[in-house]
Amino acid sequence: MTIIRKKKADAATWISIGIVALIYVAVFVAEQLLPPTHMLFTVLKKGATYALVAVSMNLLNGFTGLFSLGQAGFMLVGAYTYAILTIPVAQRPAVYQYFDGGLVQFTMPVIPALICAGLIAAIFAFLIGLPVLRLKSDYLAIATLGFAEIIRAVFQWKNIGALTNGSNLLRAFPTFEDFNIRAADGTVKLYLSTLVPFLIAGVCIGLIVLLLHSSHGRAFMAIRDDEIAAEAMGINLSRHKQMAFCTSSFFAGIGGAMLAMYTASVQAKSFTSAMTYEILLIVVIGGIGSVTGSCISSFLFVACSEWWLRFLDQKQMIGDFEVPLLRNGFRLVVFSVIIMIVVLFFRQGIMGTRELPDLFRKHPKKAKAAKGGKA
Amino acid sequence: MFQTIFPYLLTGISVGGQYALIAIGYTMVYGILRLINFAHGDVFMVAGILMVYIVASGAPLYVSIPVVLILTALIGFVIERVAYKPLRSAPRMSIMISAIGVSYTLQNLVLYITGGLNQFYPKIPFISDSVTIFGATTKMVTVITPILTIVLVVALVLLINHTKIGMAMRAVSKDFETSQLMGIKINNVISVTFVIGSFLAGVGSILYFSNYTTVIQTSGAMPGLKAFVAAVFGGIGSIPGAVVGAFIIGICESIIKGLDVILMKAGLTKQMLGLATFSDAFTFALLIVILIAKPTGLFGEKITDKV
Repeated sequence: MTIIRKKKADAATWISIGIVALIYVAVFVAEQLLPPTHMLFTVLKKGATYALVAVSMNLLNGFTGLFSLGQAGFMLVGAYTYAILTIPVAQRPAVYQYFDGGLVQFTMPVIPALICAGLIAAIFAFLIGLPVLRLKSDYLAIATLGFAEIIRAVFQWKNIGALTNGSNLLRAFPTFEDFNIRAADGTVKLYLSTLVPFLIAGVCIGLIVLLLHSSHGRAFMAIRDDEIAAEAMGINLSRHKQMAFCTSSFFAGIGGAMLAMYTASVQAKSFTSAMTYEILLIVVIGGIGSVTGSCISSFLFVACSEWWLRFLDQKQMIGDFEVPLLRNGFRLVVFSVIIMIVVLFFRQGIMGTRELPDLFRKHPKKAKAAKGGKA
Repeated sequence: MFQTIFPYLLTGISVGGQYALIAIGYTMVYGILRLINFAHGDVFMVAGILMVYIVASGAPLYVSIPVVLILTALIGFVIERVAYKPLRSAPRMSIMISAIGVSYTLQNLVLYITGGLNQFYPKIPFISDSVTIFGATTKMVTVITPILTIVLVVALVLLINHTKIGMAMRAVSKDFETSQLMGIKINNVISVTFVIGSFLAGVGSILYFSNYTTVIQTSGAMPGLKAFVAAVFGGIGSIPGAVVGAFIIGICESIIKGLDVILMKAGLTKQMLGLATFSDAFTFALLIVILIAKPTGLFGEKITDKV
């Protein structure tokens, strides 16, 4: 079967771009109208962060077929790099109180620091990838998980405390709130604290999508589908695996930096393997191999865990009847049961391998065939 | 010098024995299903929690210990039937994700039941008693663990080599489909594997938590990962390998925890270096070295890729 990829963007693509643009406008408008403490914004900020990390994990697990569980480690590297580079010099003695104000004595603007966060994470990934990417499936998973744990331990070592502040908190760096434009008297003129994370995540996810549509992206998918066949077709396996691994880590690093901005403090011990598992479950719920799915499911996941299912953690009364079982922690139990149901019975997740434009194409099958060259 | 190192060595052997009991569960399941059972560490943790609650309900120890072991084995069986059996023909990644999901579920369930608080593990007379060996004071459990581990492993090896179900297990791990054609009921064999693995994890949890005294929903994760590393180190699928690997990892970890003190006493360093931070990292460093140098582990069989 010969497959010719459509070069020109069709109507479905334009509709999708329109929807994405509408979401951005809606976020911007909502932020100006609703009070900034509204739960919606917590969800949107954290959701945008998780969406980026989930897509970066999907790039590796879903599109390249490398089952890696090191995401939390690379997020940690990104978060630390960002925090270390952006803490104002004046604040450093207070933050690094046990380490004489720390080693780094300059401050970077936010965007270059974000890029540095990604780059440092990618450098770590490159070095780790050299030995690790030779391993197959589950061994790779365990080795990357192991490296994430090593990174976590090393960052807490007190002998490099002058750089990382040992096991103490890093704080006082710019957060999402600092993106709000304020008047001279401190009142907020324009709320941007939700739009900016959306923009950062949007640009990064856009870059990932472009990469996936390039010849490299097609090589990734060929590796996923059949490594040996891909190699026979002349794809340099180790180079492409390394490329996917570094790119994914680059964006995981930026995601980590965004998480640091969201939580306003960084501590190595919060980047556990449980965080990686959470992100993996987001990817699975969204559909392994669908960027759109990962984005949707991150927002759903965050909204459920932070907002919609919160009521399960408190006692609820219906009339005089106290609903049984509801107390602290029940939300997570319900949540895990939902996840298990998805994993066991809806293995396709929300989107399967479809993307947003596929939803608007008249013949989903044909659309899939047109994409068949890469799917 | 010996006086300084010996207590760490002793702890290491004990921890190694506990890891070995968990590692067997990993290695047996991997040998048969080619699945890393990420939930195994959490089964181990649940066994600890069960013990806390059953003893708290007033049951005497000679009842509660067998009940805990039986319930743990049952949990292993149920997990396999609910979460892994429906995915038998699915790609390997799906089963692994399901295992991660089970791990997440068990942790959250325990979080809900305990309220996320540290639970104090009941003191078991005799094995919690203090004992002095060669001038090192330690708990009785330190001495019992390696002995009990060896006894259980020998029993397990005998079971695998000399019984019908053992033969079936070996057949299934050699070739899944052919053994099915030969009339082996693979579902039963897999269930038995999970039951044995969970039972041993239950024994391991009694020994481990007697030593560490508290249980919380995350306390299974680290021992689980380490036991897995031990299984890989020894060559996954090989039971003696898992045991040897677990002892090596336990001893190394314990010595690294005490390395600061040992180096200071030997006069090699002037101040504490905080090397204890690396005791967990070391395990994974070892894993990566072994995976790159000898991916099949110490006693593993060579696997070739088929096109």
